[in-house]
Amino acid sequence: MIEIRNLFKTYGHGSAAVHALEGVDFDVDAGEVVMLMGPSGSGKTTLLSIMGCILRATSGSVKIDGREVASLPEKKLPGVRLEHFGFIFQGFNLFPALTAQENVELTLKLKGRSAREARRQAGELLEQVDLSEKAGRLPSDLSGGQKQRVAIARALAGDPPIILADEPTAALDSQSGLNVMQMLTRLAKQRGRAVVVVTHDSRVLGFADRIVEIADGRICSAELGMEKTA
Amino acid sequence: MLTLAWKNLFHDRVRLAVTLVGIVFALVLILMQFGLFLGFLDTSANIVERSGADLWVTSPRIPYVNGGSPLSESNRWKVLAVPAVERVDRYILAWVPWKLKTGAIENVQVVGYNLDSGVGGPWNVVEGSAAALRGEDTVIVDEIYKSLLGVSRIGEVFEISGRRARIVGFTRGIRSFTTAPFVFCSFKNALNYGAGIIREDQAVYLLVKGRAGVSANALKAAVQPMVPELDVLTNEEMHRRTQTHWVFATGAGITTLLGAVLGLIVGVVVVAQTIYAATVDHIREFGTLKAMGASNGHIYRVILAQAAISGVMGYTAAIAIALTVSEGSQGGNAPILLPPEVAVGTLALALAMCMGASVISIRKATRIDPAMVFRG
Ligand SMILES: Nc1ncnc2c1ncn2[C@@H]1O[C@H](COP(=O)(O)OP(=O)(O)O)[C@@H](O)[C@H]1O
Ligand SMILES: [Mg+2]
Repeated sequence: MIEIRNLFKTYGHGSAAVHALEGVDFDVDAGEVVMLMGPSGSGKTTLLSIMGCILRATSGSVKIDGREVASLPEKKLPGVRLEHFGFIFQGFNLFPALTAQENVELTLKLKGRSAREARRQAGELLEQVDLSEKAGRLPSDLSGGQKQRVAIARALAGDPPIILADEPTAALDSQSGLNVMQMLTRLAKQRGRAVVVVTHDSRVLGFADRIVEIADGRICSAELGMEKTA
Repeated sequence: MLTLAWKNLFHDRVRLAVTLVGIVFALVLILMQFGLFLGFLDTSANIVERSGADLWVTSPRIPYVNGGSPLSESNRWKVLAVPAVERVDRYILAWVPWKLKTGAIENVQVVGYNLDSGVGGPWNVVEGSAAALRGEDTVIVDEIYKSLLGVSRIGEVFEISGRRARIVGFTRGIRSFTTAPFVFCSFKNALNYGAGIIREDQAVYLLVKGRAGVSANALKAAVQPMVPELDVLTNEEMHRRTQTHWVFATGAGITTLLGAVLGLIVGVVVVAQTIYAATVDHIREFGTLKAMGASNGHIYRVILAQAAISGVMGYTAAIAIALTVSEGSQGGNAPILLPPEVAVGTLALALAMCMGASVISIRKATRIDPAMVFRG
């Protein structure tokens, strides 16, 4: 699904240069849940951004479904993102003027669904994250956990093969954090979607098929999840 | 995308209100100033435009219609000798004093025309009739100037140049660009009022009508050689010359046009600033949109749609205000004209203004690095 080889990323130049990634190899298979762990500043977000075609690598290879994207021109990247990825952010990044329903519909419309189709699918997705009765609410009326569930519905909208989440539980209390992770992994599994989650939260590791640790821009260990879900 | 534009716009109502006030203010200013300008164009030479003459034979090099000087009546026979000429009427336009009942004096412009042909006579007579000007010492004025001239009804008698002037009718909407109203009367009567300026054997203009099918230019070419020491202007030339003088040479037109341009600048600046502030406020959302895979084209559409919606809403309010003011100005001395072309043109201008004002916002939004979304 994703195949990353010998990836380097350097921010800035000369004496101000920061070597965020130094020769990373990383793979994600279809349908698996991978947790990416590591201390702050180790390069997790950088790796996730490059994987999601949001950031360009300094060198190395990034293949998505066998297609090299590291060398794609800038103009092609939005299309790749739209087709392959759903994103979940630490700060939710919902559109504050749109209701929960409209937030999900927006993604579907971006992906070319008709208004009617978008309405139907968004309704279904909100039902799956247990928020049907909040569909007409603005994000400001929702709790953190509810917002992140809307974000999950949005990330799943249009069925992208890969969901990328950067610290999705960091802004939540532990109970809603667990709840969100549970929902995310369950829905991803049901639909056979791959999920890469950057996290600090060791209590959510149980949801992983595989845990990858990164430190100082290098992968230092990869192990199986504690509780392998088939 | 349109939903997002619409919802974002209405999400922050205070900002929307500020934007709309800016747009409305600018558009009303533009409409008023431009309407005033059109009003100037219309009134400055109305007397020429509606004269019905094909040619004006004048003393040499007069600057505008209100600045004519007497010429000899004998020229009339020379012009009449031209086969293409149907008729030639003597015409007077002269500045004379009007005495109110209070004893106060107002300057007026007496218009003496040939009652038989009606060329150069009043139009839009709403009370009394032009035919009544056959009576002795009779005049017609416009109802707009009733209070200025101290007139309230038909039959009242005033003094022009010390001679009787009896009101026999009122016109509607014949404004004078200057402060001196027009007073219509027979040519003969005007000679009396203008005595001391114009002799019995003179006229200020000769108004020429050509035979059917003869163009004004052909007529002019035929008439000019007969009166080489005089100027011959087509009605259109006289119209333009007079308009140019009053509207441009006096600076009145330039001032109003400048006001309109100023309105446009104010509008662009205010709208640009509020749209820009809104874009900056929504920068994270635009970043998210981009991260999710929206192209720059999608982002343009959101910003432009917001600008266009603001423009249309502002325009709707502005045109309503402007039409009301324009309506109210019709009875006054400086009418504000808003023909449909101007109303439609202003809508286009409003859209262009708002969209033009979004350019910097679009530049800002398209430079957003989507990677920002993962940073705190
Ligand atoms: N835009 C940037 N410009 C310069 N340095 C950056 C930028 N983004 C991240 N870095 C640096 O790259 C390193 C890795 O950052 P990041 O990928 O955000 O790590 P993590 O997500 O694991 O905390 C850090 O040292 C960070 O300061
Ligand atoms: Mg990070």
